[in-house]
Amino acid sequence: MSDTTTSANRLARYQTSAHIAGVVAAVLGIVSVLLPWSYAHEPLDDVAYYGAPSPLQYNYLGLMVIVLVMFGAPLALRRKGKFRDRIAWNTGARFGGYAMLATALVAVAGIGIEAGGLVNVDPGGWIAVAAGVLATAAGLVLLPSAAPRTGTFRTPAWGQILAIAVGLAAVLFAAAYALGLTDSGAFLFYLTFALGLALTLVRVGLFGWLAQCAADNKKVLVFAAFLVAFLFPFTQNGSDANMSIATQVLFFSATALGLNIVVGMVGLLDLGYIAFLGAGAFTSASLSGSLFAHINWHPPFIVTVLISGVVSSLLGLLIGTPTLRVSGDYLAIVTLAFGEIFRITMNNLDGSDGPNITNGSNGINNVPELGLFGFNFGDPHVMLGVTIGRFANYFWLMLIVLALIMVVFVNLNRSRIGRGWVAIREDELAAEAMGVNTFGLKLLAFAGGAFLAGVAGSVKAHYDVSVTPDQYVFLESAFLLAAVVLGGMGTVMGVLVGATVLKLLPEKLRFFSDYRLMLFGLLLVFMMRFRPEGIIADERRQLEFHAEDEELAEEVEGELIAYHDHYNPDAAKTEELR
Amino acid sequence: MLEVKDMVVAYGRVNAVKGITFTVEKGQVVTLLGTNGAGKSTTLRAISGLLKLVSGSITFEGQRLDGVPAHKIVERGIAQSPEGRRLFRRMSVEDNLKLGAYSRKDPAGVRSDLARVYDLFPVLGERRHEAAGLFSGGEQQMLAIGRAMMSQPKLLMLDEPSMGLSPIMTQTIMRTIRTLQSEGVTILLVEQNASAALSLADRGYVLEVGHIMFSDTGRALLGDDRVKRAYLGAS
Ligand SMILES: Nc1ncnc2c1ncn2[C@@H]1O[C@H](COP(=O)(O)OP(=O)(O)OP(=O)(O)O)[C@@H](O)[C@H]1O
Ligand SMILES: [Mg+2]
Repeated sequence: MSDTTTSANRLARYQTSAHIAGVVAAVLGIVSVLLPWSYAHEPLDDVAYYGAPSPLQYNYLGLMVIVLVMFGAPLALRRKGKFRDRIAWNTGARFGGYAMLATALVAVAGIGIEAGGLVNVDPGGWIAVAAGVLATAAGLVLLPSAAPRTGTFRTPAWGQILAIAVGLAAVLFAAAYALGLTDSGAFLFYLTFALGLALTLVRVGLFGWLAQCAADNKKVLVFAAFLVAFLFPFTQNGSDANMSIATQVLFFSATALGLNIVVGMVGLLDLGYIAFLGAGAFTSASLSGSLFAHINWHPPFIVTVLISGVVSSLLGLLIGTPTLRVSGDYLAIVTLAFGEIFRITMNNLDGSDGPNITNGSNGINNVPELGLFGFNFGDPHVMLGVTIGRFANYFWLMLIVLALIMVVFVNLNRSRIGRGWVAIREDELAAEAMGVNTFGLKLLAFAGGAFLAGVAGSVKAHYDVSVTPDQYVFLESAFLLAAVVLGGMGTVMGVLVGATVLKLLPEKLRFFSDYRLMLFGLLLVFMMRFRPEGIIADERRQLEFHAEDEELAEEVEGELIAYHDHYNPDAAKTEELR
Repeated sequence: MLEVKDMVVAYGRVNAVKGITFTVEKGQVVTLLGTNGAGKSTTLRAISGLLKLVSGSITFEGQRLDGVPAHKIVERGIAQSPEGRRLFRRMSVEDNLKLGAYSRKDPAGVRSDLARVYDLFPVLGERRHEAAGLFSGGEQQMLAIGRAMMSQPKLLMLDEPSMGLSPIMTQTIMRTIRTLQSEGVTILLVEQNASAALSLADRGYVLEVGHIMFSDTGRALLGDDRVKRAYLGAS
């Protein structure tokens, strides 16, 4: 018998005690919420309040309830049944324990830093830490559950749609809440809490079930997601601060989706993608009628947007034609150089020698607001009693652009061209042998991706008001690439998540903006180690990266059954009799 | 149908195929034998247009093939199941097969050919939505052959289709080749299992370090002492 089995046998005796300990820990956590965590008022948006929990503590309370259920359910569900067997209670409980500990530690550390010393931590804070330690310990004793099979639960259609609605509402609420937090410590606390909670729910199998609901109601889900995004400005009550961040997230997402075609689907490493965004922005600014522009032709925006896209894709063809014939590594080097050359060229087109197009490093300022069909995007207006400002206008526009890109992406993914692209990514030589015109398809992807970037850039020029070369530096390309890799190459949802994370975090975590790059580097390293397929995996990639995990899961499952039969010989027999 | 004349193919500056000449007639099964590194796979790659010729020529149905890009060669009716299978591991069986039919523009024909492949290899049909990488070696080989068939080739080139397969699986593959032959597909076969290949083949060519040493009918080669010694393991 292997080592794991013997230690499993040893642990098996303590399962009930561990469940009880976990319940106690959760109760302890609930008690901590009724006490102040901090002596001072400043930290974490004031957790010193006495008598009733503070807003952050309410979040923590929610986590406690869930942990309580995780540890308590196996005690309550003693009989065999789908609720006991298909849900991964033990694994969920273990992660719930980790989440408790992590949030409590962040809280205590935050109080210590913001109030100047751990003396300011009140008993409540320490009790929360103790509860976290106890829950983690109890979780470690628990034998891991078999992989959850919640996707097999049969749910009526209305239940599924309700689940989707509740899930999306939770996301909207959580996003609006997170954006509203001004205190960095509080934001970090909330982030830890949300990540821990999400991980716990993933592990227990809730997401498997939600994914099934989503898969059964794909159209409803997409429609509802857009509805939620569309409603976002109404939650902001006319405030611009968050709308500006949200709009930037959309710009970033749209650009990352374009890059995702090139990198994620076809597997071409493009390190200078931001230059195509820049080319679109400069083209659009030059044609915008700004006083600083040097082209005296101001076509309507519909025309400008197309010209911007075409200019970018011509640049893409220029770069791609010679480089895409040779192997992939050259493309990375050439695009890297192209990004730099673009920036330097924009810096030098100031008329000192050569034409003046960009005013050099000053760029093109005072780009007028976007006008489309007689509507000026700079004008605020009132809708349903809420002021919809400039940012919200651009937000909605970008939402439409994003939707269009997604439609293009999804249709391409299913088409013959998309199949050819994926084949190139998988094995270029084999694709060629199958009759795929690899060069042509790569060029199409490259120029097409550039076109999308050009379109996004032409809107961005108006949104940013000024277009300067230093907005389009290599670092931005690197961030876009990070968003694609982090979120999950080749998937729409993954890239949206990745882009949101990468754009939102620096906005909210100003206090470590100096270490931003280092932290993202670390984040990427960890992702590559533990989840190389990205937050949301392409089905195909998931297969590739975790084939050995499947085997492991099966092994564990087999051993668990063996151990279970060993300890409950009667139960095994009754199973047989049935 | 296929004429290769004085073909020289190189990797960098090293010639791997040093001026070979052979022909494949319509409806024949022709096999290339040779030790490791003799240049068999290189020959197939050159015919598929994946490698450029240094000199010499390839003619298919009276038209020159050298210099034609690979995807056009597939359109002309030559398909290859490459050495080591080279499936698209993360794509489903069905997507792999559809890629084999990439150059075709008759959806109805593709659908009926899909059915034909599933009929030939039932295991592929049963698991058509699973990723190719999850299949066993023999099943993957079936898929590689099926994929090559999907372009409806006039000339099908198979590079070591029995590599790594059990004797029973090898028999299945050989039976498939015979079925295809009886359907009128011309086949150029590279095989390590010389006795199986030669008993199928109308003609065999023996390659050594980039040269064709000799050739004869399949049956004659089976009885040839040199072949027996080098490839059939007889002393
Ligand atoms: N990609 C490559 N780059 C450089 N040299 C190569 C490459 N592929 C093959 N060669 C060389 O070309 C020669 C012929 O190789 P080839 O693959 O055609 O042999 P083969 O007859 O198919 O052998 P095997 O039976 O082992 O498959 C060998 O000397 C090999 O080392
Ligand atoms: Mg070979």
